[in-house]
Amino acid sequence: MPQRKPKLAVWKFSSCDGCQLSLLDCEDELLAVADAVEIANFPEASRAVVKGPYDISLVEGSITTAHDAERIHGIRRASKFLVTIGACATAGGIQALRNFKDVKDFISVVYARPDYIETLKKSTPITDHVFVDFELRGCPINKLQLVEVLSAYLNGRKPNTPPHSVCIECKQRGTVCVMVAQGLTCLGTVTQAGCGALCPAYARGCFGCFGPKETPNTPALAAWFTQAGMSDRELVRAFRGFNAYAEPFRRESEMHEK
Amino acid sequence: MKNRTIKVDYLARVEGEGGLQIKVKGNQVSEVKLRIFEPPRFFEAFLRGRHFSEAPDITARICGICPVAYQMSACHAVEDAFGAKIPAPIRSLRRLLYCGEWIESHALHIYLLHAPDFLGYEDAIRMAKDHPDAVKRGLRLKKAGNAIVNLLGGREIHPINVRVGGFYKIPAKSEFVTMGEELKWARDASLETVRWVATLPIPDFERDYEFVSLRHPDEYPFNEGRIVSNRGTDIAVREYEQHFAEEHVAHSNALHSATKDRNSYFVGPLARYSLNFDRLPSHVQDAARAAGLGAACRNPFHGIIVRAVETLYACDEALRLIDAFEMPDRPYVDVEPRVGSGFGCTEAPRGSLYHRYRIDERGLISDAKIVPPTSQNLRTIEHDLLDLVPKNLEMQKDRLQWRCEAAVRNYDPCISCATHFLRLEIERD
Repeated sequence: MPQRKPKLAVWKFSSCDGCQLSLLDCEDELLAVADAVEIANFPEASRAVVKGPYDISLVEGSITTAHDAERIHGIRRASKFLVTIGACATAGGIQALRNFKDVKDFISVVYARPDYIETLKKSTPITDHVFVDFELRGCPINKLQLVEVLSAYLNGRKPNTPPHSVCIECKQRGTVCVMVAQGLTCLGTVTQAGCGALCPAYARGCFGCFGPKETPNTPALAAWFTQAGMSDRELVRAFRGFNAYAEPFRRESEMHEK
Repeated sequence: MKNRTIKVDYLARVEGEGGLQIKVKGNQVSEVKLRIFEPPRFFEAFLRGRHFSEAPDITARICGICPVAYQMSACHAVEDAFGAKIPAPIRSLRRLLYCGEWIESHALHIYLLHAPDFLGYEDAIRMAKDHPDAVKRGLRLKKAGNAIVNLLGGREIHPINVRVGGFYKIPAKSEFVTMGEELKWARDASLETVRWVATLPIPDFERDYEFVSLRHPDEYPFNEGRIVSNRGTDIAVREYEQHFAEEHVAHSNALHSATKDRNSYFVGPLARYSLNFDRLPSHVQDAARAAGLGAACRNPFHGIIVRAVETLYACDEALRLIDAFEMPDRPYVDVEPRVGSGFGCTEAPRGSLYHRYRIDERGLISDAKIVPPTSQNLRTIEHDLLDLVPKNLEMQKDRLQWRCEAAVRNYDPCISCATHFLRLEIERD
């Protein structure tokens, strides 16, 4: 009897669809992946839906509605491994910028018809709601890391995604430091690796797509920025990007707010 | 008479979250609702207070499928506010980057999202079992488009190399030339694609649309031109809001656009093609004619053929641009920030994408407005369904439902885009 293929599901919450598109962007690997797993739920790619339980669920997007806060529990229950993909799912995404506005600051929130809209006050990562087996970082994720994560779970091993900083990746690829040599603002020392230190290779500073690395020393970096003439307002913006609500970046931006 | 309801809880093979509900009474459609439940993300609200230089990277996050379009419209709008002049070599490279996005986005839609509808497969992976060569060709074509975005943008999704004034860094000419080799294959493959999609069983269905797109004096439009329509509109980009307006409807987290006289209109490949056929090189026109298209196309199901024709054009144009490559003196021009408003409209793969920014004396955005193509098409999609369903009531329910889904996918709707321009007004003390 042939072995049952593992069932893969892809779920979307509040997001731009870019991270799940990464799977379709694996032009060379897509048909091989589709051969190794049963794509059981992936609405962006297929109208066929296979019932759970699922061996691996990839979850994209952040929780921003009461309905979604419920829905994620059902997905967790139906999934053996739940992997969040991208900055929205792991940190709340760019839409988490709303989290910094005190509701009292909104004298009026005016849509043409506010009564038609349902939304929560905060955009939160999946891990605030359910247990997450693995978080894949990036805005967007690196598609090769996605293939690595799938391959790791299919083979019962831990995914090999480096936890060090973008700074290390620059050294590995031999890029001259853009902060030291050109005085550019760069979050590379506090941002997790994964992009391959793309921005410095294109002559710009890292702007933190992959979120905070393990134990980042953001106050030291902020002090350097200040010394280089950056205002508090600019510092707040630098830490408030796609991973604004990730704890170390959130804390650092709030320190400079008042 | 019998009452029927066609209900699709979750539309597949579109970007973002939407559903469809159609109610039929006898031979009459009593209701069509394209329900958009993708949650709003409030981009226009949190762009306020951000620096103008951040607009391209932030707005790219509205859509993972067409980030280049957002970056282009954002750059043009900011540059318009500052009166910046972009040198020809940078302009050409922007056009090249856009060619890459058109190729990857169109190949994705043609092969992975739309063709399975016509051949009766749930998805392209199942289709690949019977049509392996076609799917492999589609994937390789998509990769060739992505290679352009990769090289010039740094990565396929949310490129990092675009800035107001130009690029951060321009790769060496030799790298473009190497990439050009694969593009020559892609050009042949896209011609093959035009021929292939022409053989698909495509339903007969025509409506008299108001097509809207950019039109440029000499080129098939990407980044520049006037906004024109087949009903006589011919305006500068900055006049957009005097002619088009948005309306909030109950069943949708996306606003619906309409012309000021409240008519629906159509943006995207069909509109671009029908308004700019004369701007296509003659061999591309010939390929279109051989595939059965005229100089204008009013069957939205033919969108798949028009996308193939545009893919052929984009491959051709990319090769021309690489051939004529000229390294700019600097990768970007410096802009001089000043207080004011700027307007930008470029042709995303799915149609015209409008941005407007007001920028204050600190270089911060004080007001933003973004109108993505899908929101402009939502009302037209509903009208298509109103017309399509009564003509096909003899179909079995599941076949009719599938036909309706395909009719929505004609527009390659990007629901993620469409919900992100909801306006959140913040008033402060």
